[in-house]
Amino acid sequence: MSAEQQERAVRCLVAKVGLDGHDRGAHVIARAFRDAGFEVVYSGLHRAPDDIVQAAVQEDVDVLGISILSGAHNTLVPKVIEGLEEYDAFDDTLVLVGGIIPDEDEADLKELGVAEVFGPGTPMEETIEFIRNNVPERA
Amino acid sequence: MDRSDAPALGDAPTLSAADATLVDDLLDGSHRALARVITKIENRTPGYRAIVSALHEHTGGADIVGVTGSPGAGKSTLVDKLAAAYRDRGDTVGVIAVDPSSPYTGGALLGDRIRMGSNVGDMDVFFRSMSARGQLGGLSTATADAVKALDAFGKDVVILETVGAGQNEVDVVRTADTVAVLVQPGSGDDVQTLKAGILEIGDVFVVNKADMDGAQRTVAELEEMVHRREGGTTGRDAVRGGSPRLRSRGRVRERRVRRARTGIRRVVDAGGVRDRRKHR
Ligand code: B12
Ligand SMILES: Nc1nc2c(ncn2[C@@H]2O[C@H](COP(=O)(O)OP(=O)(O)OP(=O)(O)O)[C@@H](O)[C@H]2O)c(=O)[nH]1
Ligand SMILES: [Mg+2]
Repeated sequence: MSAEQQERAVRCLVAKVGLDGHDRGAHVIARAFRDAGFEVVYSGLHRAPDDIVQAAVQEDVDVLGISILSGAHNTLVPKVIEGLEEYDAFDDTLVLVGGIIPDEDEADLKELGVAEVFGPGTPMEETIEFIRNNVPERA
Repeated sequence: MDRSDAPALGDAPTLSAADATLVDDLLDGSHRALARVITKIENRTPGYRAIVSALHEHTGGADIVGVTGSPGAGKSTLVDKLAAAYRDRGDTVGVIAVDPSSPYTGGALLGDRIRMGSNVGDMDVFFRSMSARGQLGGLSTATADAVKALDAFGKDVVILETVGAGQNEVDVVRTADTVAVLVQPGSGDDVQTLKAGILEIGDVFVVNKADMDGAQRTVAELEEMVHRREGGTTGRDAVRGGSPRLRSRGRVRERRVRRARTGIRRVVDAGGVRDRRKHR
């Protein structure tokens, strides 16, 4: 049974940060990721950036997907990324943002280190393909 | 003992340089290293056995508490409150929470973390979600090794949460020093449908959601069942006398048993168990 010897599953944290109470999208995404064969940890609502960092580090996720519809992405996402850097966890975590993000902010987020932004209407297969193709390699 | 484990015997316990650094970092208190070690254990990444052996000599300090029960019984909610109570008295806490994986895709929604509201932001509670990954028998080995990593890291208490649904999951909590079985009040079916194996491994039975109707009846039913099982030691008496399970495990050293009893007392004293009524 050597195929079972090394079992590698993509681990994702779907995170809601700040006061944003819109959780439908996060639920939809979490279920789609599970159905794609990923292991998905959901943070629950109203987490502080530090809580998200703590969860991402402890759960040792390959993918951190932040869902934000409140418009607060420009303040919250940088805090999460700084936190990851503090724990030396930024380099091998794929950071994604989903929700309502105006086009003009997308470039800034990517500049910060967000790999991709997924708004409403993105076909789910596209998101999942993106993750499969971009999961960081690990030693 | 289980087949999926056997081939790894060839995996000689020699630490690679990178893994040796990882182990040092873990022992130095790096959360990142601890998390990464658990990942390697979960994935059975080549070399993980050497890591576990290297950690072994640093283990033995933690009380290991298993929490099990049917889906939705309130295990995670209780684990959260227990962890907070342990923290209040200055203990550091590790949690491993196991959730089932989809038999079709292998994917899993690991939802236990959502309930950890009392401990967010407290890095001295290290919470890790694990998928059962349909591992035949290997699950208990993986969780036991992950517990070792938390123990070696220096956690005072390690809590293991798992759904008491199948033999695999029952085997997982069986590795704990103290096992708490949660039952929620209901039609009474709950007690009847508890897997026989679960009743046998329980050191502490918790009728959870005591704010709900029928709690007293569930307590009575459970008491009857437990009496039938062990001839009359329940609750705190069982704690003081040492449960039959602990007594009968001949290979378990006396020290271990004593520790287990403190473990139970800690669970009870922590109030998390007895104060369920206050929950909302
Ligand atoms: C439903 C809804 C609500 C519901 C939310 C119910 C719930 N539990 O989720 C209710 C009525 C509660 C609500 C309240 C409010 N809402 Co509202 N709401 C919406 C609405 C109409 C749809 C959102 C939704 O559920 N869509 C369906 C889901 C499936 O889509 P989604 O969340 O966008 O997710 C998809 C993608 O974005 C992406 N995605 C999302 N997350 C992630 C994460 C990852 C990792 C990835 C890869 C992808 C991804 O994938 C998903 C699937 O395709 C939007 C408008 C809109 N058309 O988007 C406004 C909207 C989001 N709401 C808005 C506002 C202002 C509010 C309120 C402040 C209104 C008020 N003044 O009271 C409150 C705030 C509540 C709070 N505490 O946060 C604004 C936000 C404006 C902004 N960002 O600048 C919007 C955009 C409406 C608007 N045009 O003004 N709202
Ligand atoms: N009324 C009441 N509800 C409770 C109590 N404890 C937990 N719950 C609720 O029961 C539901 C399940 O709680 P969890 O803690 O997630 O239960 P669980 O056993 O961990 O669930 P799984 O891990 O999915 O098997 C949640 O809605 C909780 O809010 C309690 O003491 N009383
Ligand atoms: Mg749970």
